[in-house]
Amino acid sequence: MPSRLEHFTLLRTLAPVIRLLFGSFRDLLPIILVISFFQLAVLKQPIPDLYSLLGGILLVAIGLTLFVQGLEMGLFPIGESMAHGFARKGSLFWLLAFGFALGFGTTIAEPALIAVAKEAAEVAALGGMITDTPEQRSSYAIGLRLTVGLSVGVAIALGVLRIIKGWPIQYLILIGYFGVILMTFFAPAEIIGIAYDSGGVTTSTITVPLVTALGVGLASSIHGRNPVTDGFGLIAFASLTPMIFVMGYGMYRA
Amino acid sequence: MNWFEHFFSDLGTTLRDVLPIAVIIIVFQLFVLRRRVANLPRLLGGFGFVIIGMALFLQGLEQALFPLGELMAKQLTDPAFLFGEKPPATAHWSDYYWIYVFGFAIGFATTLAEPALIAVARKANQVSGGAIGVLGLRYAVAIGVAVGISLGCFRIVTGTSLQWYIIVGYVVVLLQTLKAPKMIIALAYDSGGVTTSTVTVPLVTALGLGLASTVPGRSPIMDGFGLIAFASLFPIMSVLGYAQLAEWWVNKKSVKAQEDENAL
Repeated sequence: MPSRLEHFTLLRTLAPVIRLLFGSFRDLLPIILVISFFQLAVLKQPIPDLYSLLGGILLVAIGLTLFVQGLEMGLFPIGESMAHGFARKGSLFWLLAFGFALGFGTTIAEPALIAVAKEAAEVAALGGMITDTPEQRSSYAIGLRLTVGLSVGVAIALGVLRIIKGWPIQYLILIGYFGVILMTFFAPAEIIGIAYDSGGVTTSTITVPLVTALGVGLASSIHGRNPVTDGFGLIAFASLTPMIFVMGYGMYRA
Repeated sequence: MNWFEHFFSDLGTTLRDVLPIAVIIIVFQLFVLRRRVANLPRLLGGFGFVIIGMALFLQGLEQALFPLGELMAKQLTDPAFLFGEKPPATAHWSDYYWIYVFGFAIGFATTLAEPALIAVARKANQVSGGAIGVLGLRYAVAIGVAVGISLGCFRIVTGTSLQWYIIVGYVVVLLQTLKAPKMIIALAYDSGGVTTSTVTVPLVTALGLGLASTVPGRSPIMDGFGLIAFASLFPIMSVLGYAQLAEWWVNKKSVKAQEDENAL
């Protein structure tokens, strides 16, 4: 009668997966509640295609579970291992180059940014900043994407430099906020909303964990740095500089 | 096989997202660091999980939540729903109360499901030795996003200027920074950027554009923006506030414990 023991071991290997899956459902529960409440109680309409909705929620939960699992196995370890590698190598140049490449390379292909750049080109055409031809629009959109990519590259490189030097983050953020406010007074009115929004859309779901692991890994492998106070902050820069750069781009193209 | 086609198109999107990251990592690993990566099979397995997980996640969102969420955003901003048969020529901002409630609720709910935030919260919990709770941080961020979206909807309805809200927000953040515990500052600034990605952006964009195209006197092109900016600013305040509150609570308790000890 080996079955009981086998069941037990099977359960033990499956237990973390089941716990994760359960956690994913818990994470999704608020969305399900909000949507059902508004659909049934406020709009007073039935939920269209209930089975498709349930199937979709199941997919989201499984996807989230796999993502979290992959995070701990792949994204976090590689980010940290590279941070340690760079710290051991001791070359500031290559570290900054890596930070820039990571910021630029991941942002330029970001689907959310492509969508925003297209909208921005529409606004620019409507506001008469560029002539309304497809060529002009696409050149405006590509210019904007390059600008945002550049700004995120600079942000990650600067953030890495901050971790190495141990500069307190608030002073750099203060300067950044000043930059945003200053640019707001000079940038064309049409670009301001897009510029402010562009800060939020630059960092994708896959970039964030990698960059976070890089920062934390660097801070923990450099003597005298604290992983909590010094390790975070890279994302903060990456969402601040695009605002300044995009407003600058708007002024340049106006 | 519609489902399969969808899944593969989402897989393609995710692969395109991962490709530049993979290229950069491989180039730097091979030519600059020149060191063997420890535990390579496990690492590659992890990347595989991330890619398949994201593809399933996107597929599920597109199949279930996005169409319904966008439909609801459209229906809730519809004048026929808001005012019944005959919409008035001018509307008061308070007539749109369901929008503010919906913005708050959907902002809160989507943030809790945001994978990037889950990642950062887990990391923060890990490196702080458990001092920063995963759920506590995520709830704090979600409340910030909820307030941000709700206020952003109010701004679109009233047509007030975006930059003044942002400037006042910056001043509040800087004042909080002076008082907040040092440990939380960098993490709080980060939480602004991680909140708005896969789940939140499409739904919130639909809400903003829907609202700006139905409120009299607003245009989606000029007034539809700004919700994402609000959703990235307010979590900074709520996370700083959460840490301040937690610190105050601990201090109060330790002062009380001290007093009790003195009394004995």
